[in-house]
Amino acid sequence: MTLMSYRQALHDTLRSEMLRDENVFLIGEEIGVFEGSYKITAGLLEEFGEKRVRDTPIAEEGFTGAAIGAAMLGLRPVVEIMTINFSLLAIDQIVNHAAKIYGMFGGQAKVPMVIRTPGGGGQQLGATHSQNIELYYAFVPGLKVVAPSTPADAKALLIAAIRDDDPVIFLENLALYNTKGEVPNHDTPGVIGQAAVTREGHHLTLIGYSRMAHVAKKIADQLADHEGLDIEVIDLRSLRPLDRTTIVESVKKTHAAVILEDDWLTYGIGAEVAASISDGAFDYLDAPVRRVAMAEVPMPYSKSLESAALPSENDVIQAIYQTLDAIGHRRTKTGPHD
Amino acid sequence: MTDRKRTPRKPPARTSRAKAAAAQVEPDAQGLLDFYREMLFIRRFEERAARGYTQALIGGYCHLNLGEEATVVGLMSALQPTDYLFTNYREHGYAIARGIDPRRIMAELYGRVDGVSKGWGGSMHMFDTAHRMLGGYGIVGGQIPLATGAALAIDYRSGEEIVMCTMGDGTTNIGAFHESLNIASLWNLPIVYVIINNRLGMGTSVEKSSAEPELHKRGAAYQIESARVDGLDPVAVAQAGRHAVEVARSGHPYLLEVVCERLRGHSVVDPAKYRSSEEVASLKEHDPVHTLAARLVAQGITDEESLLTLDHEVLANVEEISAFAEESAFPDEQTLFDYNYASAVPNDSRRLPGQALFANTLTSGADQ
Repeated sequence: MTLMSYRQALHDTLRSEMLRDENVFLIGEEIGVFEGSYKITAGLLEEFGEKRVRDTPIAEEGFTGAAIGAAMLGLRPVVEIMTINFSLLAIDQIVNHAAKIYGMFGGQAKVPMVIRTPGGGGQQLGATHSQNIELYYAFVPGLKVVAPSTPADAKALLIAAIRDDDPVIFLENLALYNTKGEVPNHDTPGVIGQAAVTREGHHLTLIGYSRMAHVAKKIADQLADHEGLDIEVIDLRSLRPLDRTTIVESVKKTHAAVILEDDWLTYGIGAEVAASISDGAFDYLDAPVRRVAMAEVPMPYSKSLESAALPSENDVIQAIYQTLDAIGHRRTKTGPHD
Repeated sequence: MTDRKRTPRKPPARTSRAKAAAAQVEPDAQGLLDFYREMLFIRRFEERAARGYTQALIGGYCHLNLGEEATVVGLMSALQPTDYLFTNYREHGYAIARGIDPRRIMAELYGRVDGVSKGWGGSMHMFDTAHRMLGGYGIVGGQIPLATGAALAIDYRSGEEIVMCTMGDGTTNIGAFHESLNIASLWNLPIVYVIINNRLGMGTSVEKSSAEPELHKRGAAYQIESARVDGLDPVAVAQAGRHAVEVARSGHPYLLEVVCERLRGHSVVDPAKYRSSEEVASLKEHDPVHTLAARLVAQGITDEESLLTLDHEVLANVEEISAFAEESAFPDEQTLFDYNYASAVPNDSRRLPGQALFANTLTSGADQ
């Protein structure tokens, strides 16, 4: 195990996969000479050359589609779309083509490609640069969508995504790039389509993905220390396929759930998780399933408004308390949040 | 990746390829007759498809190559079997001329298991790996970035193949067209973009939709060599196609505009009421199949009687083809989830409509 940042884990994995398989190449805006907007590809142009680290014109539809076409001929492109907001320029190629080609032609062509792209708000980037629209892709059969929250998962799932024969949307997050964690030294691929229970507990199930999985774990640890609460935390890790079994089994044990998401509430990822709980654990629930999501506004620039729009830790804690109060659960200690 | 400097342009080292494909010959009598046979076959196939549609044996959208036959056979004659083809949704004729078994093309139209895309694609989505036809595409312009990427993959592996990517005239106004031509030129990709200009989008004319109606000129914006050719003459199309393919094989993209006709509506259900009677009369006069037939007779290559015999043969063949398609089975419902993913994945959703997420919820879950 090595302690490293999420950014470093991504960088090192891209590099080792390029060394392993010469069909793997990187393509995107400013990933070569500029070394990537978030420096994930730093040094790779120098090491691998222009053929394998390809700076593109500002043409998301063109270069994403070109990556799909290259994948149809057996290459394994890893596309960087600078932020998920810009993926909207390529959505025809992703949704109408990458997702369809394998099925629409009766399994004759595979599309082994990865689209890496960060979501994330909270950096005063305003309405068009702060969205979390991974839902658009998680909605579409034919795509796989993963959203690792730790450096170790970032490595394992990126390996899995690159070696997978289907198009994988690999969701990163601006706020996670500098977070650190222990990363295994071996190159074992992770499993797409499986959630992780990152903390076991029996009072309530707290569910998140990407940055919110991180927030969920932190709050659960905090409430254990200060309140004596024993909260189970699930990191979804994969949004399509969604690991409903892990979610439902947890809720059958805890009888309550709070879902955290950085996207908008209505029709969001949390809605699908809540519906899954309703279908799979209805009779086990002691309280309504709660969702904590972003306020439904175009993200404002001003810090005061931006902070108000984003779910805070206190918002999460209040939702947990309200859920536990509805059940009649008595907290054992008095904490700072009461 | 090759030379990035815009001017002057250095051709990459692909001269050996260019030599291999450089030979250009005027088609002899047999060559012309072969063109005619293929054009007639496409004509009768498409007419049979139109009938299949009215018989409700074919569903969805169905766009025919009627009027485009000379363009189809000319372009396809310029390709090597190892070259790749991407097309738009008006592609039955291209699939035929590429050498795919026409029974499988008709079976695809009928939505049967023997279809080229196993009944998953339909009229707009013909695909066959063996013949390197990498798809008809139903989204206007969707095929252009894909084809460009296929050319990128060839270049990546220093391959000898090229890609041909066809599209309609209306497609030249889509962003994907411009983004792709720019990329192909920057990276010196081996691709021929072909604009099939039948002068109508669905019903909107080129003049009403393109500020520069001479569409081949758009290549200039990307330093891409381009030309315009008469799409009603298979020989002219074949020659222009061979030159375009040669340029692509030497490592430069090429833009070819082929001006042809669309004899009927946009799709089989379109009565094309927006066309004047003069226009319709002119269409008949310029029908490429009839024109070539007259040419063959005038040049003494064949006579009316032989042409009639050929037509009977083709019509009988097309009937056999549609009978094959009709007898082919519909895909089994059990195969609905067979192509969810190429790499198996846990928790893949394989539920039919109305099926509960968790089968035993209502019976075993009630422990309150």
